[in-house]
Amino acid sequence: MKRILLSMLLTSLLAACATTGVKEDHKAAVTEAKSVAETSATGTPSAMMNPLTDPHNILSKRSIYYAFDKYDIKPEYRPIVVAHAKYLVAHAGADVTLQGNTDERGSREYNLALGQRRADGVKKMMVVLGVPAKQIETISFGEEKPKLTCHNASCWKENRRTDIVYKGER
Amino acid sequence: MGHFNSWRRRAGLLAAGCWLLTAVFLLARPVPAKAALNIEIIGSGETQTPIAVVPFAGESALPQQVGRIVAADLQRSGLFKLVRTDGVSPLPHQLDEVKFPDWVARGAEALVIGTISPQADGRLNIQFRLLDPVRQTQLAGFSYTAAPAQLRYVAHRIADVIYQKLTGAPGVFSTRIAYVLKVGRRYALQVADADGYNARTVLASREPIISPAWSPDGARLAYVSFEHDRPVVYVQTLATGQRRALAAFKGNNSAPAWSPDGKQLAVVLTLSGHSQIYILNADGSGLRRLTHSQSIDTEPDWSPDGQTILFTSDRGGSPQIYRIPVAGGEAARLTFDGHYNVTPRYSPDGKSFTFIHRMDGQFHTAIQEIASGQLQILTQTPLDESPSFAPNGKMVLYATDVNGRGVLAAVSSDGRVNYRLTVQHGDVREPAWGPYLNNQ
Repeated sequence: MKRILLSMLLTSLLAACATTGVKEDHKAAVTEAKSVAETSATGTPSAMMNPLTDPHNILSKRSIYYAFDKYDIKPEYRPIVVAHAKYLVAHAGADVTLQGNTDERGSREYNLALGQRRADGVKKMMVVLGVPAKQIETISFGEEKPKLTCHNASCWKENRRTDIVYKGER
Repeated sequence: MGHFNSWRRRAGLLAAGCWLLTAVFLLARPVPAKAALNIEIIGSGETQTPIAVVPFAGESALPQQVGRIVAADLQRSGLFKLVRTDGVSPLPHQLDEVKFPDWVARGAEALVIGTISPQADGRLNIQFRLLDPVRQTQLAGFSYTAAPAQLRYVAHRIADVIYQKLTGAPGVFSTRIAYVLKVGRRYALQVADADGYNARTVLASREPIISPAWSPDGARLAYVSFEHDRPVVYVQTLATGQRRALAAFKGNNSAPAWSPDGKQLAVVLTLSGHSQIYILNADGSGLRRLTHSQSIDTEPDWSPDGQTILFTSDRGGSPQIYRIPVAGGEAARLTFDGHYNVTPRYSPDGKSFTFIHRMDGQFHTAIQEIASGQLQILTQTPLDESPSFAPNGKMVLYATDVNGRGVLAAVSSDGRVNYRLTVQHGDVREPAWGPYLNNQ
């Protein structure tokens, strides 16, 4: 019970740091955090589905998206990072690779570095949340492995992201 | 008349090098003998010298038409307008066959004639003269001996001589370019002649290749390969195909840049936890850190005098171009226009640099003069990348996007001359203009 309260407090603290659209995120985050916390508190996986791939579980959300040339994690994506951080804390044997990506604009070398900063930013937040650094690897693909290849804003925004990939996946 | 003894040795070395390269890369995808990159001329210079290039005697029987290659080179430079030679009969090939008034009447201010004759040993003797039909004088004349396989190279050397005599600047027609070709999921680092012919694959890979960088003597290429789990900098000797991992440190290794004496390189490593610039010897020894920020510092480029390095940094909150002494110390910011200036490359005289400048959401190739800070935007295409100067400083080669396809393009330093190099299949990117082959 204490753990549930603590995670709710942590989540609401983090949500309070954000400036816009906080209320809905907060509620959803609390609900999601609660369901995750309950799972790990009971010690048995929730019925049938792996939480990492259960579409009803925030852990199935694996991507953080960014504004152009930015690597700061927007408030709406923080609950995803928090959820995965909790999972990693609860599962010492789980390892993730954070893959940083950018859209195609600008230079490839600068984008390689920007993708690295995006991945490193997510790692930093996870470490602050208690995840041992050795469970997290960060790499950058820069603009080299875009998810979508059209040359306009609708594709570009999909490519500006960090993906959370668990060892053994993909 | 001609420096063809040293030229012959160079031709022999080139032929041997080409043979070796072919032998080593038999397994690589074969590249067709015709142009790998097709040229499309978009714009020409403000003033163009009218020049007539008469087909060389004996060339029609040969696989390469020297006169046509010379004419195409001169036209592509944007500084020459070709005067038609048909209708003059008989076409002159020797000096005493030339009727100068015929050519003045056609508006020609320069005339090129030549001959190609086979020798007993199977090689060819190529001679040309550059004439001034108005003053009725000869401006240049050279003789070359070459194997048939070297005909294109000889034609480019002839075009270089003509260009230098008539414009004062050295020609770059006999130089080479490197670039990366992506077809489907395959990447190929290629080297081709400056006119897009004779492409050879230097590295074929299923993973990305970026940032090719020519050694100052043109013998080696440094590049970044993603073939392992993280980007690694390799240095490869072109004549033999042998390569060594120059920088394979933990984290990312990228953005290689050669010192002008070819003995050192700058690279970008993430050893410190941030992308930072380091310098090391070409043999991999002597690593030292150059930049000390907690930001992104990348894309180093050495000045021609070896004293300073330009680089891209977001230490001020947005990517801008800075300059730092090679010995280390304070970095000075050079770009103040707009919020995104990246990929600086010094001009050969060290007085300006080309770079990518974002304006109104579009990424254009630009040049900035260092002393005055004056900026000139050279292109109107919105997705430019990877600019580099030709070794004579007259043109900038860059990558851009046309109708959704990756192409290369070259633009003159005043923005007027412009041509594109396109491929039939796939996308081409990451161009780098190579040095003079004989260190003019």
